[in-house]
Amino acid sequence: MKHAEKTEHISGNSSVLQKLLKVVSGITGTPKGAYNIRQDGKSIDRQSTDNIEIRSKENGQGIEVYVKPGTKGESVHIPVVVDESGFSDVVYNDFFIGDNADIDIVAGCGIHNDGIHLSQHDGVHTFHVGKHAKVRYTEKHYGEGSGSGKKVLNPITVVHLDEDSYLEMETVQIEGVDTTKRVTKGDLKDRAQLVIKEKLMTSGNQNASTEFEVNLNGVDCSANVMSRSVAKGNSFQGFFSKINGNNACAGHSECDAIIMDDACVTAVPEITANHVAASLIHEAAIGKIAGEQITKLMTLGLSQEEAEQEIIRGFLK
Amino acid sequence: MLELKHISFSVTDEAGNQEKEILKDINLTINKDSFVVITGPNGGGKSTLAKIIMGIEKPSQGAILFQGQDITHLDIHERANLGMGFAFQQPVRFKGLTVKDLLHLASHKQKNDQELAQYLNEVGLNASNYINREINASLSGGELKRIEIAMLMAGGAELSLFDEPEAGIDLWSFHNLIKVFEKIRDMKRGSVVIISHQERILNIADEIVVISNGEILTKGTRDEILPRLLSESDTYQFYKARGQQ
Ligand SMILES: Nc1ncnc2c1ncn2[C@@H]1O[C@H](COP(=O)(O)OP(=O)(O)O)[C@@H](O)[C@H]1O
Ligand SMILES: [Mg+2]
Repeated sequence: MKHAEKTEHISGNSSVLQKLLKVVSGITGTPKGAYNIRQDGKSIDRQSTDNIEIRSKENGQGIEVYVKPGTKGESVHIPVVVDESGFSDVVYNDFFIGDNADIDIVAGCGIHNDGIHLSQHDGVHTFHVGKHAKVRYTEKHYGEGSGSGKKVLNPITVVHLDEDSYLEMETVQIEGVDTTKRVTKGDLKDRAQLVIKEKLMTSGNQNASTEFEVNLNGVDCSANVMSRSVAKGNSFQGFFSKINGNNACAGHSECDAIIMDDACVTAVPEITANHVAASLIHEAAIGKIAGEQITKLMTLGLSQEEAEQEIIRGFLK
Repeated sequence: MLELKHISFSVTDEAGNQEKEILKDINLTINKDSFVVITGPNGGGKSTLAKIIMGIEKPSQGAILFQGQDITHLDIHERANLGMGFAFQQPVRFKGLTVKDLLHLASHKQKNDQELAQYLNEVGLNASNYINREINASLSGGELKRIEIAMLMAGGAELSLFDEPEAGIDLWSFHNLIKVFEKIRDMKRGSVVIISHQERILNIADEIVVISNGEILTKGTRDEILPRLLSESDTYQFYKARGQQ
């Protein structure tokens, strides 16, 4: 009975909400597993499972997600939708992942702004990942709407990785968002592994900057940060990464950007070794699409524009 | 089916004043379903000629007719869509695009996964190991060359141009490659132009064209040209000097 009410609740909402939910979290109808859906600053639907409990914070500014030790193969969806022009939303979500758990977390934020006011969502996600636990965390950002109001997203992610744990974070933002400042921080204990994959495309006058700061504190811990981006129009992208090797560890960061039109891309890598056995590498490449790649695809029958699209599609795939 | 009329190609040097003629008054006809091998010393202008046929370079003078149509001013993809294909001497790498993506495009999105896989097998690449690989720096030069050839086979063009397909391919694969070209020739589905220095490829040609110093030095049937290439080592030094694989 309770379940039936919920279904009605989600599907009873506007088509804007339905669309944004689908884009940012792949949700159609009622999602499986644990979830919390937040719209314009309020939690509008939620479900916990036997192993995953979602609670409101006492101050009402977000949720706490508790995953029992040993939980395997379950997922948590926590999409956020802002569709009221001029709404500014700040949320703090904390995740406590028990030892040996192995789960997927899907977050995402969709902004629909048909109005003239600035709509903003600042999400702070903090992960406490237990020993030997594994987390795959996906975050999608999407903006749409015909109004002149700006769409702003500023996600902050903080990851604390306990011994032998693993967290893989994948973020995707393809146009639509006017301004983004993403901050990701991580600290790792012994043998912990952090993998971050970022895909980004900006156009028009959009501005996106990404900051990573990773502290490799444990023995044999490792971090791998990979960013692929395409900057079009007059957009600006900044990539700032800081990796500190404080023990015998391995750190790798890689920024690969295609620049088009009058865009600007800056990449500022900083790697610091505080330990003789810290091995740190940074690679950065910024350049336009290689002419010979376009030529090759044209010999297969694609026009120049089709060739460029195909190259970008592959690059951000 | 392809006619080159008085094709010349010059470039200006870096200083921008000195003209350099890379191709001089080339006249050449490629017949329907014929198998033509172009050979000649390095730097003679063979690759440039192939690029002019495909539209990658535009001639300074002259005209190109394809199946009776003047294509001199058509762009690369327009020529591709009329039925031309080109396997590069130096294949291009792509970050993110896979072997399957490119084979799919090469086949004009007309062939299924199984058919695409078959082309890889034909060029000696185990399809299941390669079909989902990215065409990036992880592939060797020889692997890329074979994928390049598979793409052209998947395209089924009326006119296929191969620029030194043997380069960078090991001996074992080379023997299989010859079989691939013999098969292409025997199918008689479209004209094939191969730029090559290899005797075994020259051996299966209907016609041989020798290009040197931007000019056609000589051309004719295989039986006319090949014995001269082998014996007149003074004139055709480049050929002997390359040795045999
Ligand atoms: N765009 C260009 N600008 C300047 N020189 C070129 C250009 N294209 C080709 N060349 C020169 O033209 C000559 C012929 O080159 P190429 O066609 O690659 O010869 P081949 O394929 O027979 O070895 C070479 O000397 C080469 O350096
Ligand atoms: Mg050449």
